[in-house]
Amino acid sequence: MAAEITPKRKGNIGDWVFFNLTRLFALVTLMMLGGIIVSLVYGAWPAIQRFGFGFIWSGEWNPPMERFGALIPIYGTLATSLVALVIAVPVSFGIAIFLTEMAPAWLKRPLGIAIELLAGIPSIVYGMWGLLVFAPVFSKYIQPMMADTLGKLPIIGELFSGAALGIGILSAGIVLAIMTIPFIASVMRDVFEVTPAMLKESAYGVGATTWEVVWNVVLPYTKVGVIGGIMLGLGRALGETMAVTFLIGNMNVFGGFSLFLPGNSIASALANEFAEAESPIYTASLIELGLILFFITFVVLSLSKLLLLQLTRQEGSKT
Amino acid sequence: MQSSSPLAIVANSGSLDNDDKPNVELKTQISFRNFNFYYGQYHALKNINLDIYHSHVTAFIGPSGCGKSTLLRTMNRMYDLYPEQRAEGDLLLDGENILDKNVDINHLRARVGMVFQKPTPFPMAIYDNIAFGVHLQERLSRSQMDDRVEWALKKAALWDEVKGILKQSGMSLSGGQQQRLCIARGIAVKPEVLLLDEPTSALDPISTMRIEELISELKEDFTIVIVTHNMQQAARISDYTAYMYLGEMVEYGITDQVFIKPQKKATEDYITGRFG
Repeated sequence: MAAEITPKRKGNIGDWVFFNLTRLFALVTLMMLGGIIVSLVYGAWPAIQRFGFGFIWSGEWNPPMERFGALIPIYGTLATSLVALVIAVPVSFGIAIFLTEMAPAWLKRPLGIAIELLAGIPSIVYGMWGLLVFAPVFSKYIQPMMADTLGKLPIIGELFSGAALGIGILSAGIVLAIMTIPFIASVMRDVFEVTPAMLKESAYGVGATTWEVVWNVVLPYTKVGVIGGIMLGLGRALGETMAVTFLIGNMNVFGGFSLFLPGNSIASALANEFAEAESPIYTASLIELGLILFFITFVVLSLSKLLLLQLTRQEGSKT
Repeated sequence: MQSSSPLAIVANSGSLDNDDKPNVELKTQISFRNFNFYYGQYHALKNINLDIYHSHVTAFIGPSGCGKSTLLRTMNRMYDLYPEQRAEGDLLLDGENILDKNVDINHLRARVGMVFQKPTPFPMAIYDNIAFGVHLQERLSRSQMDDRVEWALKKAALWDEVKGILKQSGMSLSGGQQQRLCIARGIAVKPEVLLLDEPTSALDPISTMRIEELISELKEDFTIVIVTHNMQQAARISDYTAYMYLGEMVEYGITDQVFIKPQKKATEDYITGRFG
């Protein structure tokens, strides 16, 4: 009976194929994720067995003695990324506000394109520019100035002390910031642009200034996209290899908390040392570093989800 | 039809002081004088002369694209956000020309509130939706702010529905409630004028009726200007009606007169549905 009312159409086969094909693609993603985790754990197993959790806390990286600890690369990865975000987020926010709310029409397109072009520059170019152009200028003019001003402040002064080498955690962080700004700024611009004009006009309509409209209405309205953009930038900063390798100094010794000091990041250590890793435990330790980087990215993503939940709760429940 | 100023003169000449409102002395709140408006090259409003009276409801009617929303948006200079739009002539609010360059635009928008076609609650709690605009203009203590929020929500006939859920997001309300929230938000800053741009066009008939009742109550305290597509709505709620066509003010007068005995053939054609 039912078949008479709704006769089977040929299209149903196409639907079936389409459904299963898309499901297959989605499953492939999951399988790849699982496969990568499994192979990382498998490769790192000798190091995990030998060093246990001490691998994470130990600051010793001594290939000849075959004693490995990940603390310095972890610290370098987090510190450079944090420096990058502290600089890149406000700057990107400013760029995005200017492009969406204030720039005259004739300036919007060229500026937008320029930012997208910046995102397209290969990271090795940033690294070379950082080492050959930025670092000398930075060590000669900017670092002494920072040491004389920020370095004199209590507590945070510690971060800006020591020799002005030009390369180090701060330099790597600044170049990372320059690299992540185009990503964060263009995502922020895109999400600011989809805020309904009427919503913005409503806020202007009760007498709000541009800043008040952006801060109190546009930003909460677009928070998911904004945090997504920041996470995209952070993801890039955490995993960035070439530019950081050029600038971080690749030192596996912890000399203090000054950002002027050279250090090492996980990605940079991997790039530099894989070729010379001869013993199996050395290789396993490097793979474990990769596993840790993977884990850090996962934690960062989870934290951003938590942050979003928290923000939604502040805004009021939506039942 | 180059100039519509004779109509404005009619409006001023006392012929509008009809028997409906013997006790109310007409006070002009907003005057347009030789007012023109442009979108880039496009001449959208042509030589508008119009007086809007204090504590009355004035409705703008006319076919789509006739410029009624454009005219509404000049009164709080919302067009300022868009660089290609500009106004010429005089636009007086309480005798002060608000087109003047050194008018404090944020203060102006606090004096002239606005509600839009669709509800636009801010992405924050109901309480904060109301408090947001007030915060920008005044320094109030917590309890004063509580009182103000309650006052505005009561004025907007929303208090009973939301008094227990002030911490919930404004976006969780129904469409009609959201629109009343927007009206409450508009009146919370105690403006002199409230601009309503087709405030019921996205609402169901029951919500529309509530908003219309609300408008009749609010005109005690505020001067209300409403743009509407719905001629019955204009007839029901407004004291004065302006019929616009192609950027010109065709006819302006007491609502009953405009609807029952229009002076112009064009108005009659539109109202009787022969056109538009």
